[in-house]
Amino acid sequence: MASRNNIWANLDWLTIGFYILLVFMGWINIYAAVFNEEHSSILDMSQRYGKQLIWIIAAFALAGVLILIDSKFYVSFAFPIYLATILMLVGVLLFGSEVKGAKSWFQIGGFAFQPAEVSKLATALALARFTSSYNFKIEKMQSIMVIGAILAIPVALIFLQNDTGSALVFAVFSLVLYREGLSGTILFLGVLVALVFILTLILQPLVTISLLTAAAIIIYYFINPKFLLALKAVAIAATIFMALWLSNTLLKLAIDTNKIILISAILASIIFTVYALRHRINQLLLIIGIYLMLVLMTFSVDYVFNNILELHQRARIEELLGIKSDPLGVGYNVNQSKIAIGSGGLAGKGFLNGTQTKFNFVPEQSTDFIFCTVGEEWGFIGTTSVILLFLGLLIRLIFLAERQRSVFSRVYGYSVACILFFHLTINIGMTIGLAPVIGIPLPFFSYGGSSLWSFTILLFIFLRLDASRMEKLSY
Amino acid sequence: MDKYAKRQYIIGVIFALIAIIFIVRLFSLQVLDSSYKKYATRNVLRPVINYPARGLIYDRNGDLLVYNKAAYDLLVTPREVSAFDTTQLCSILKISKDELVQELKKARKYSRYKPSVIVKQLSTEMYAMLQEKLYKYPGFFVQTRTLREYAHPIAAHMLGYVGEVNQSQINKDPYYAQGDYIGITGIERAYEKELRGHKGVSYFLVDVHNRLKGAYNEGKNDSAAVLGNNLTTTIDAKLQAYCELLMQNKRGAVVAIEPSTGEILCYFSGPDYDANLLVGRERSKNYQMLLADTLKPLTNRAISAAYSPGSTFKTINALIALEEGTITPQTTFVCGGPGTKPISCTHHHESPIDLVGGIRESCNPYFWNTFRSIIGNYPKAEDGYKKWREYVESFGLGQRLGTEFYGQSPGNIPQASYYDRFYGRHHWNALTVRSLAIGQGEVIVTPLQMANMAAVIANRGYYIDPHLVKSISDPDNNIHQLDFKRSDCMVHADKFEQVIEGMQEVIDQTNTRYTAHVDGIEICGKTGTIQNTHGADHSAFIAFAPKNNPKIAIAAYVENGVWGARYAAPIASLMIEKYLNDSIGAPNRLATEKRMIEANLLNPNQKK
Repeated sequence: MASRNNIWANLDWLTIGFYILLVFMGWINIYAAVFNEEHSSILDMSQRYGKQLIWIIAAFALAGVLILIDSKFYVSFAFPIYLATILMLVGVLLFGSEVKGAKSWFQIGGFAFQPAEVSKLATALALARFTSSYNFKIEKMQSIMVIGAILAIPVALIFLQNDTGSALVFAVFSLVLYREGLSGTILFLGVLVALVFILTLILQPLVTISLLTAAAIIIYYFINPKFLLALKAVAIAATIFMALWLSNTLLKLAIDTNKIILISAILASIIFTVYALRHRINQLLLIIGIYLMLVLMTFSVDYVFNNILELHQRARIEELLGIKSDPLGVGYNVNQSKIAIGSGGLAGKGFLNGTQTKFNFVPEQSTDFIFCTVGEEWGFIGTTSVILLFLGLLIRLIFLAERQRSVFSRVYGYSVACILFFHLTINIGMTIGLAPVIGIPLPFFSYGGSSLWSFTILLFIFLRLDASRMEKLSY
Repeated sequence: MDKYAKRQYIIGVIFALIAIIFIVRLFSLQVLDSSYKKYATRNVLRPVINYPARGLIYDRNGDLLVYNKAAYDLLVTPREVSAFDTTQLCSILKISKDELVQELKKARKYSRYKPSVIVKQLSTEMYAMLQEKLYKYPGFFVQTRTLREYAHPIAAHMLGYVGEVNQSQINKDPYYAQGDYIGITGIERAYEKELRGHKGVSYFLVDVHNRLKGAYNEGKNDSAAVLGNNLTTTIDAKLQAYCELLMQNKRGAVVAIEPSTGEILCYFSGPDYDANLLVGRERSKNYQMLLADTLKPLTNRAISAAYSPGSTFKTINALIALEEGTITPQTTFVCGGPGTKPISCTHHHESPIDLVGGIRESCNPYFWNTFRSIIGNYPKAEDGYKKWREYVESFGLGQRLGTEFYGQSPGNIPQASYYDRFYGRHHWNALTVRSLAIGQGEVIVTPLQMANMAAVIANRGYYIDPHLVKSISDPDNNIHQLDFKRSDCMVHADKFEQVIEGMQEVIDQTNTRYTAHVDGIEICGKTGTIQNTHGADHSAFIAFAPKNNPKIAIAAYVENGVWGARYAAPIASLMIEKYLNDSIGAPNRLATEKRMIEANLLNPNQKK
C-alpha cells in the first residue's frame, strides 16, 4: 500500500499544471466568446460558460478516479477496450444519430456520446499493447500488417460515419511508429504524396512533372554525384519530350499535351530502369519507382479530388490553396476568423472587448474557433502564450514518454503527445488559414464535455502510467 | 536504451517547427498587417446618419413661410428578411405586390447587408398603422426624415423646391450622399449651404445579423446633426398673397422692391403652383403634371421672361437726354398725332409738347426726337449709340441682378456691333434703330429689371442689388444681416424731378387715373403696351410711391392685358395702396380690385 500513497507524490505535477492552466484559459475564453449582458455571471448554468464549469469539475473528478486505477489495468484491458470500441463504431453506424452530416453520435436521453473520440484512446492503447509485445519487430512484415489492421479498422469505420476530421487524426500515429523504428522513408513518402497532391492542384501537370523529374535527378545526383550522368539524364528526358511534342505538332496527331508528358515520363523511366538494371544500381530503381508512382498520382489527383472528396471538402481545400476565393461562402469562417485574430493586434482588445467574437461574426467560436477569441481579445501576446504553453506540454510529454521503462507506456505517451499535436495543428492552422477547415476541437480549450473528457482521460491515463513507471508492468 | 531514441529530438523539432510557423504567421496577421483591424471595424460598425431639419424661412415681418414635417421612409435590410405576409404589407403601403417584389429585388441587388429604401415618405397615418405591425416584418425598419411644408400657398417661385441629389451633385460635393435632399430652385437653392445644416452620424455596433447591439465607444465618435440656418426673407407675405389673388388666371409677373434697400417685397410669376405639390410621395407625378402644363407654371417669368420694356422705357431715354444735355425740361417737340413720321403717335394731344407732357401723353414723336438728339450728340451714330447703351446699362438693364436668382436672364441691350453685323458698319443711324426710342425692338428686359429700374428712378439715381433674403440666423439665434451692393446710375439726381413729375401726371391726369390713382398717395408711374405678334398685346407698368421718400417700386407685366392702363397699372396701384395703407379704401378702388381678381386672361387668343 506504500506505493498507492506515493502515486500522488509521483504524479508529474508540471504536466498537471499545464493541463489546469489550459483548461482554465479555455473556460475564460468560452465566457468571452458567448458573453451575454443578461447572463453576465461566469457561473450562470444556463450559459455555455456555466456548463463548461460543470464539465471541468467532472473532468477533474474523472482525472482523480483515473489516477486511482492500477496501471496494470490498462495493459491487461488494452485489447478488450479496443474491441469494445470497434463494436461501438459498428454500432453507431447501425443505431447512431446524424449530426451535421456525420453519423457518429449515440444519443441516450440528453446525453450524446461520440465513439470516435474514444477510438483514438483505444487505438493508442492497442498500439502500445502490441508494440510492447515480445514478438513485435517493426521490420517484420507480420508486425506491420497487424499495426496496419489496428489502425485501418477504426479509420475505415469512422470514414463510413462520414467523419473525415476524426479519421484524419489517425495519420498522426505514423509519427509514434516513427519513434518506434518505422522507416523515415515512409514518413517522407507520406509528406511527398501530400506535397504532390497540393502541387497538382495548384500547378499545371507539365510544371509538376518537370519539378518531379528535376527532383528525382537531383536526389540521384546526391546519392551518386556524377555530374555528367545527371546532365545526360536531363538531356534524355528533354529529348524524349521534345521529340514527342514536335512529332505531335508537325504530324498534327492532336494528342493531348498531358498524355505526351505522361508518355515521355514513362519512356524516360524505362530507359533509366534498363540502365539501373545493367549497372545494378538499386537506389536508382527506388527513385524511379517513387518517381513513377508520383507521376501517376498527379494524373489521379484530379480524379480523387473531383470524385472521392465531397463538394464541401473540395471547396475548403480550394479556398485554403487560394485556387478559389469566396469570402462570403466557403471561405466565410476562415475569413472572419482571420479578421478576428488579425484585429487583435499585439496586445488584443482586452477581455470581453472582442467585437468580432461577441457579435457572432465567427461561427462555432466557442468550439472549433475558440482560438479566435484568444487572438482578438489577448492579441499576439495571448496567441503566442497559448502556442508556447501547448508546445511546453508536448515537449514535457515527450520527456515523460522517454523516461518510461516499459515500451507500452512510452508508445502510449507518444500517442498522447501526437494526438494532441495533430488536433492543435489542424485547429489553430485552420483559424489562421494554414490548414483546411476540419471540424476538430482545440484540446482543453474548446467548449464541450465530450472532447474535454476524452482529452482528460487520454492525458491522465498516461500520467498514471508515468507515476507508477518504477513498477514492472506484467503482461 | 533503444537505437531509435535519437528520434525523440526529430519529433520534438517537428512540434517546435509547427509552433514557430504558427507564431510567425500570427505575427504577420496580428502585428504586421493592419488591414484586419479595418475589416473588423467595417464588420461591426453601422453608421446611422442623423439628418438635420432644414432651416425655416420667414417673411420680412417674421411670418413663417416654410417649415418641416416629419416623413417616414421604410427601409429594408435584405439579409434579415424572412417570409412575411406580403398582401398585408402591400395593403398598408398602398402599393401593388409587383412593386414590392421589384423594390425588394433592387434592394437585394444593391446589398444584402446594407439597408435600402423600399417606400419613401410614408404619410403619418401609414406610419402609425405600419408601426403596429412592423414586428411581423423582420428586416424592415422606418427612418425619420423631414420634408418641407408651406404655411401659405404663396411665393412658390421665390422659395423654390427641394429634391433628391443627383449623381453629378454628389460628385461635385462629397457632403451629399444618395437620397439626400438639396435645394433645386429658388432660395432653397441659392441658400442651400445655409439651409441644409450639417448631417450628424451615430455609430452603432451590429452583430453578424446586422442587429444593433448598442452605441460604439459610448457614442464618443458620434456627431449630432446641426440644424439648418433660418432665413428671413424680404418678402411681405400679405402683399405677396394679395398679388397672387390679383394675378390669378393671368400670365405675367409682378416684382415689387423697397427702393432704399433693394429688398424685394413681392416676387410673383403667373401662373404659379402650390409649392406643397412638390413635396412627398406625389412629387414626381405632380412635377410631371406641372412640366406638361402648357401655361408653364414652372417657368419663373419674373426673371426669365423676355419682354420688351415698351413705353416705360421712355423715362430712361428722357433721363439720358437730360444728363447728356441734348434736351432740357423746357425742350418742346411737335407731334402730329397718328400720322407723324417717322414714328406715329397713338393719339392727338397738345403740340408742341414739353418733357413732362411728353411723358404724361407717352408721346412717341417726342421720344423719337429725344433719342435722336442723344445719338446725334456724337459725330458718329455708333459712338452716340455706345454712349446711350452705357447709360441704359447703368440702370441695371442688360445684366443679371443680384446673386440669388437662378435661371435669371440678363435681358438684352444690343451692342453696336450687333447693328454693324445686321446693317453693315456705318450703314445705320438713329433712324434705323428708332424703335429703341419707344422701348420696342431689340431691347429685352425682365420684370425684375423693370422693378429695379423703377427703384432707380424712385431713388433718383441708384439701386441696391435686389435680393430676397435679409438675414440669416443660426440655431443659437445669432443673426447675420446681409449686405448688398449699391450701384449708381450715370444720370445725376437733379435730372430726375421732371421725369418723376411726368410720371405722377400719368397717374393723376391721364385715363390711367381711373384705374391707378389713389387718393392720399402720390404714385408716379408709366404704362407700357408691348406689341405681341401671337395675340393680344401685353400690359406693362412701372411705378413707385410715395413720390417723396418712396417705400415701394413696382413693375407689373400682364400678358395679353392689351394696354398698360388696363391691367398692369390697376394691379400695381392696388398693391401700392395695399402695401402703404394696409387696405383698399374707396368704393371705386374696391370695384377695380374685384374686376382685377375676376379677370381671366388665360385664353391667349382673346381680343379686348
